[in-house]
Amino acid sequence: MKTRYFDHVATNPLLPAALDAMMPYLKEEFGNPLSVYDLGLRAKNAIEDARDMVASLINAKSAEIIFTASGAEANNMAIKGVATAKQGEGKHIIISKVEHHSVLNTARSLEKAGFAVTYLPVDKYGFFDLDALKKSISKETILISLIHASSEIGTIEPIKEAVAIAKERNITIHTDAVASTGNIPIDVKDLGVDMLSMSAHQFYGPKGAGALYLRQGQRLVPLIYGGIQENGRRAGTENVPAIVGMGKAAEVAKAELQQRNAHTGRLRDRIINALKDVEKVHLTGHPTQRLLHHASFVVEYIEGEGMLLMLQAKGIYAASGSACTSKALKASPTLTAINVSPTMAHGSIVFSLGIDNADEDIELLLEEFPQIIKRLRDISPFRKGWGEEEGGSKHV
Amino acid sequence: MYSAKLMEHFTNPRNVGEIADADGIGMEGNPTCGDAMKIFIKVENDVIRDVKFQTFGCGAAIAVSSMITEMAKGKTLEEAYAITKQDVADALDGLPPQKMHCSNLGADALRKAIEDYQSKHKQN
Repeated sequence: MKTRYFDHVATNPLLPAALDAMMPYLKEEFGNPLSVYDLGLRAKNAIEDARDMVASLINAKSAEIIFTASGAEANNMAIKGVATAKQGEGKHIIISKVEHHSVLNTARSLEKAGFAVTYLPVDKYGFFDLDALKKSISKETILISLIHASSEIGTIEPIKEAVAIAKERNITIHTDAVASTGNIPIDVKDLGVDMLSMSAHQFYGPKGAGALYLRQGQRLVPLIYGGIQENGRRAGTENVPAIVGMGKAAEVAKAELQQRNAHTGRLRDRIINALKDVEKVHLTGHPTQRLLHHASFVVEYIEGEGMLLMLQAKGIYAASGSACTSKALKASPTLTAINVSPTMAHGSIVFSLGIDNADEDIELLLEEFPQIIKRLRDISPFRKGWGEEEGGSKHV
Repeated sequence: MYSAKLMEHFTNPRNVGEIADADGIGMEGNPTCGDAMKIFIKVENDVIRDVKFQTFGCGAAIAVSSMITEMAKGKTLEEAYAITKQDVADALDGLPPQKMHCSNLGADALRKAIEDYQSKHKQN
């Protein structure tokens, strides 16, 4: 059966050009970039070329890019690194209620270490409450870390406005741009952030490669101590093939971004326009200020895992923020933050698109998915409504 | 994650629906938790002649519902009441540990349906 992959926020297939670029460094070009002989120098040069390409993708200087093993590591490095570096100035950090777990759980770990953390509320679209941001800043505030775009609800956040607030008070600001980097245009100089996290496999690079943009002059204490790799900021022999693949993927993403966005944006709108007519199916996140490859919904009266399994039976892969699909059996904090009730959150479904999707994939999805909704609703005791169990659609 | 047997019951659930003139109805779980099961039974001479279910929940919850209705059909009330969660899980070739508690509500829903029948039966 042909498979139709609509889970590009989970990961992406590796770009063939990235694999080709990586191959020599998995084979004969195995040198350690720190070695002084030519085999090592070639590996070092390959990393620096990749750094140029990644920097160019976000309009940074090459020296401002630190390679990591993942977006999660970049988030950890940014938050712990600045918190540790600046703890003498204060011990208050601000994040939002719609952060990825790698930001949320890092902030929680700092709470246990004696820092105070404010969790910024959001509105029904997931937009930060900027007034609450202003009010929550104190003399103790040393760091603000806010997501650039949510992989769960697609909303693109007003980071520039948050940066303006942070800069007025001279507070370091980081953004988790893992879901957006390589998928929408990003210019760190225009955004004005001090740090930005990204992940290669979100833009068709390999897994095991990420990066942190660290504005020149921004202080940071390393997570990993050891040798002088990454200018002493991240010790450990570099994952040369993955970094090379990330560089290539960044180069191609920059060249093809407009074309990719036009393609996925059109497919996204086909899904949103078709599903908005299905009864008791609600779009989550903002209708237009959202990632171009992202369409997310809650479907009333049925549960996400059931939808995913039925879609899989048709060769269609998607995602859900339903508690039953999470290993911890907890509803997504992001859906809770945008005021989706726990009952409704069970019906979460996310379709995220990519360059490998075609119109015929969307047509199959739009033919199958409404039938799957009907089948599951036919089984559900709530098919005629939540009754007294739940207040219904007013939550979305 | 799920056994082939469980997936088969999820994909082709048996005994889906309502019984309009049910002799007993049992509801277990709630939609806030993510799993809710409603079981309808038709009883003749202390034997379950017909059984149907409606379920809101994950793949495991739907498969459990399908399986418990198959297991209960034709059994005496006493035999049906004795079916345990473990029996249902075993019949599905096992459930993932995290689903044993939240999604394995079939035996409880069936017991509630039997109790509902018995309480009505006594009154008559």
